[in-house]
Amino acid sequence: MESQKTSSVKIRIPTPLRSYTNDQSTVAVGGATVEEALQSLTQAYPALEPHLYHENGELRSFVNIYLGDDDIRYLNGPDTELPDDAELSIVPSIAGG
Amino acid sequence: MKTTEHVLNAIRKHAEATYPEECCGFLLGKAGTVNEGVRIHRVPNRQQTNRERRYTITPEDYRAADQDARDHDQDIVGFYHSHPDHPAKPSPTDLEEATFPGYTYIIVSVHNGEAGAITAWRLAADRSQFHQEQLTTTRSLSSQ
Ligand SMILES: [Zn+2]
Repeated sequence: MESQKTSSVKIRIPTPLRSYTNDQSTVAVGGATVEEALQSLTQAYPALEPHLYHENGELRSFVNIYLGDDDIRYLNGPDTELPDDAELSIVPSIAGG
Repeated sequence: MKTTEHVLNAIRKHAEATYPEECCGFLLGKAGTVNEGVRIHRVPNRQQTNRERRYTITPEDYRAADQDARDHDQDIVGFYHSHPDHPAKPSPTDLEEATFPGYTYIIVSVHNGEAGAITAWRLAADRSQFHQEQLTTTRSLSSQ
């Protein structure tokens, strides 16, 4: 069986979360899908996890993940496959009362 | 947050213009232990209904603001919104919808169409509450 290809992925980190990534604005990780790339990210920087995920493991509703210029919701969600040298961004939607 | 009277006046003006609906926008500048707010980036309140009590900023608006910031060698350091006829304090909805600790959330109260108190807040690292931040103004900022 052919092993699944792992792409090298760049993840852009919003300014305030850089205090959890050693001040890096982009983090390079590996992963064949968006979900795998995000897992690599939170494994490398566990302090990010509570800000991106609910305790039940679901992505927080204000956290949007973009592959290039596309919201992954309109692609294949977390299962979206990543081309090599893909760029992911963590993009918050902001709301309140 | 360290900012200028010019920035605060721009927020007040936006809040008065959208009254009785909430206004919203981005604070651009330099991120740090104390964020520096150099200028604002206005966005429309994308909330479909109840704009008097709620505001929404879309991810596309965030991406445009981020591009604007990066074009000027700046960061998104926070957001602002107004509280029409309510005090300048985070509401339960503000806490429920809060994004990341480290952003400065500015709130301006508007009474009968006139901007009043203006305050700054930061989400606690454990996400349990907003802490008030000191809001100081200087004539010019190092990152300007
Ligand atoms: Zn509010």
